[in-house]
Amino acid sequence: MGNNKLNEPTRLSLCLRLFHRYRDLAPQLVPLDYSDKPAVTLPYELISSMPELKDNPFRQRIAEVFSEHGDGNMTLDDFLDMFSVLSEMAPRDLKAYYAFKIYDFNNDDYICKSDLAKTVNKLTRNELTPEEVSLVCEKVIYEADVDNDGKLSLADFQHMIVRAPDFLSTFHIRI
Amino acid sequence: NGKKAREEGSQKKDRGKTAPNKDQKESENKEKRTTKRGKEGENKQKKGRKNSTSSASSNSSDEESLSEEELAMLKDQVEQKKKLISTMRNKPWRMVKKLSALREAQDFVEKFEGALGKGKGKKLYAYKMMMAKKWVKFKRDFENFKTQCIPWEMKIKEVESHFGSSVASYFIFLRWMYGVNLVLFGLIFGLVIIPEVLMGMPYGSLPRKTVPRAEQATAMDFSVLWDFEGYIKYSALFYGYYNNQRTIGWLKYRLPMAYFMVGISVFGYSLMVVIRSMARNANESTADGDDNNFIFSWKMFTSWDYLIGNPETADNKFASITTSFKESIVDEQESNKDENIHLRRFLRVLANVLIICCLCGSGYLIYFVVKRSQTFSKMQNVGWYERNEVEIVMSLLGMFCPPLFETIAALENYHPRIGLKWQLGRIFALFLGNLYTFLLALMDDVNEKLAEEDVVKNITHWTLLGHHNSSAANDSAVTPAPLDPADVPRGPCWETTVGIEFVRLTVSDILVTYITILVGDFIRACFVRFVNYCWCWDLEAGFPSYAEFDISGNVLGLVFNQGMIWMGSFYAPGLVGINVLRLLTSMYFQCWAVMSSNVPHARVFKASKSNNFYMGLLLLILFLSLLPVAYTIMSLPPSFDCGPFSGKKRMYDVIQETIELDFPLFVAKIFSYLANPGLIIPAILLMVLTIYYLNAVSKAYQRANAELKKKMQMQREEEKSKRNNKASTNPMLQDLEDLLTPSTKSESPPKQAEDKKTESPNGSSPARKPGRGEGLAGSPMAGGRGAAFTAPSPVFVAQPRTLGARAPYPGQPRPWGHPLGPVPGRGRGQPCYPRAAR
Repeated sequence: MGNNKLNEPTRLSLCLRLFHRYRDLAPQLVPLDYSDKPAVTLPYELISSMPELKDNPFRQRIAEVFSEHGDGNMTLDDFLDMFSVLSEMAPRDLKAYYAFKIYDFNNDDYICKSDLAKTVNKLTRNELTPEEVSLVCEKVIYEADVDNDGKLSLADFQHMIVRAPDFLSTFHIRI
Repeated sequence: NGKKAREEGSQKKDRGKTAPNKDQKESENKEKRTTKRGKEGENKQKKGRKNSTSSASSNSSDEESLSEEELAMLKDQVEQKKKLISTMRNKPWRMVKKLSALREAQDFVEKFEGALGKGKGKKLYAYKMMMAKKWVKFKRDFENFKTQCIPWEMKIKEVESHFGSSVASYFIFLRWMYGVNLVLFGLIFGLVIIPEVLMGMPYGSLPRKTVPRAEQATAMDFSVLWDFEGYIKYSALFYGYYNNQRTIGWLKYRLPMAYFMVGISVFGYSLMVVIRSMARNANESTADGDDNNFIFSWKMFTSWDYLIGNPETADNKFASITTSFKESIVDEQESNKDENIHLRRFLRVLANVLIICCLCGSGYLIYFVVKRSQTFSKMQNVGWYERNEVEIVMSLLGMFCPPLFETIAALENYHPRIGLKWQLGRIFALFLGNLYTFLLALMDDVNEKLAEEDVVKNITHWTLLGHHNSSAANDSAVTPAPLDPADVPRGPCWETTVGIEFVRLTVSDILVTYITILVGDFIRACFVRFVNYCWCWDLEAGFPSYAEFDISGNVLGLVFNQGMIWMGSFYAPGLVGINVLRLLTSMYFQCWAVMSSNVPHARVFKASKSNNFYMGLLLLILFLSLLPVAYTIMSLPPSFDCGPFSGKKRMYDVIQETIELDFPLFVAKIFSYLANPGLIIPAILLMVLTIYYLNAVSKAYQRANAELKKKMQMQREEEKSKRNNKASTNPMLQDLEDLLTPSTKSESPPKQAEDKKTESPNGSSPARKPGRGEGLAGSPMAGGRGAAFTAPSPVFVAQPRTLGARAPYPGQPRPWGHPLGPVPGRGRGQPCYPRAAR
């Protein structure tokens, strides 16, 4: 819904910028000329060394979600995809969808209690006691689980996250 | 594969760019692309996402003989394709899929959009399309240009990435203030200062524009200039410089009228801008109703700021998230305890009483001290303390009261954000006391000067008369040489004095702020960083450690400063220029200070919701600063020998004069009718009634809003209970249940299976992996819903529908033995039948 805050020249320059960032990660692997669609994949270690991502506790999940085979190694398309979703232009629903996938650690399309516990521990760097972690997870399930199956489905998650006032401003990487 | 290669080839050719083709993304928003027609046949064979390409068959039929219904159908399809193009970015598909679908849709639109126009005004249609697209492009370019003009964007982003959005919100507020002040400066400079300087009489030609003889010796001294006396006092910066000539220059520019109108429009513009900003903020804040429903969920999923790119900030963020979780956990545990509401209320009332006592006490102290200073000024031989008592008392109050308020506020036990607002409100009230003394002192000064003026007026009159007579006596034929302007006895000109006071206040405020930042933040940071090596305790962790950026203090300072500007700009037109300079240098200076000497906050401070609070304070200050100015304009007589209104009885007489002399006769009549109280009072009444009506309407909307929310909530609960089949929503059925089944739980999978079965034809095919968007048609939302509906079904669909010979779950007692045939359900007998079939 009208999230196109940039016009074409700016978007073009953004794309060029992204391409050059991608290339700068491994100049010897990434060719300048993409017209023959080379199948170049950068390994996860390079992606996670980017300054925008290296301090993010969820960088591994982000890379896994956007990579082609779910292993964190990204092609240029995946790279563009990732930053496009995380940019400020992406619509809320799209961001919510990908956020759900990022926080779903075991890829079973539900955010279950173990996923929640992993999230909390990543957020607090394991500083909460197990009882506290458990309390937090239970509270989250209590708050957000609409269909009462003890875990969060995509619908539950979206229902909860679209009401959050900070979601758009925090789920956002500027590049 | 061949198709794909050909497609890439065409893509490359089409773009005609040598840059690598990673700008595929931007093509998503292009609605029109040149494409070779020959490719269409191949492209059409790709399966589109939404519509089948049955339209491909009509490929050859795009000749003139398109029937009406074919035309309509084609139009439909073109619309659908267009819609697909515009929603393409919402779809969570892989890039490659998106691109192929997009290209196919675009080609279709391209081909048939022209075809639609065929036969009937095709050229006109194509022309209209082209103009529409050009217009859209122009709008986008204009928007882009506007966003590029915003200054300091990168600087603020840098601050934001290190310190979070709350600190950045101060700088955004500062930038907004700068914009407002720039507009005000433009108004005043362009409409008042420039005309007077260019077209008015130059310096030295009039008494009001010349430094008096007595002061000329010291007029250039730095100390005098610093006090804004000397040459500065008699310059265009202050009210007194302006001549009261009705029209000046060849343009016949009505300067006094312009001065008056600009003074009024300064307030009008500020008011409009503040209220518009408040309205915009109010629109943007999302529903407050669900604030408490998702505390933990939001903390978990939205607290990490993905913008953070700095290890130190990340450390701080981890710490603050941990603290925030711990706080919420404690809150949660506490709310489960039995809290003593009465005790809490009592404590809060007590705290408020104490604070009101403090405020009254400080108010009385200020009043007392001001009164004493007035008696002191009449005495001789006053010591340094007596002269500066007022300032000393005010500074002491400003230093000690805020921490005192904070300690008392500990009794109240509020949520930190609410507590902060209370604190801000109380400090604001305290500072109002400051304002009061300042204005009081000023009013005393003004009254004194008015009294003095009468005396001086007489003296001047007689001096001039004497001079005239003496020169006439010497030489009656020649016109007497006019008295040198520097020698004319001068009136006290209270307006310039008032202007000077405000300018002095602003300048001293600027200095104090900058010095505080320099010493309190920078020197402190240097001290902590370098002396830490040879100090007994860890300076960085303990006292004094690095300073945090005091957002609320700074914002309050900015707000009060702006109030001073509004008050003083009528009497010192140059004041706004000084403020613009001040804001400009503040931006750079504070950005530097924050980055070099401050550490990010330990506590999360959500900036977004507080913005309206600051705007509210600004609005209050605007009104408070309007009052003194309006009072002086309406009731004090202007000085007789300085300023654009000199010689008039009241300043607003200039309007009367302009209407009488410059406008045709009937306008004067109209205005006289409009000014009639008989018209004004009903108008005010009408406005009051309108406010009341709008208020009632808005309350009605709020109520309707709340009702809808409640409805949604109830629906949600109903769905919950229906799906889980926990408690029957029908009390009658509940009784029946109780009667027939004393102990059976109602968990029955077959019923669920039936529910799923009735619902699954509506939803999509039960996907094994409901999360993957590709498995389902449509957006992730629908996919999600489908998931919610169909997800349990893989488990249950496999089960037979008959209840009879099956033990459904371990642990559940075997329900009714008698097979009811194809009717699952609770198996409680006939009455269930219609319900189960639902």
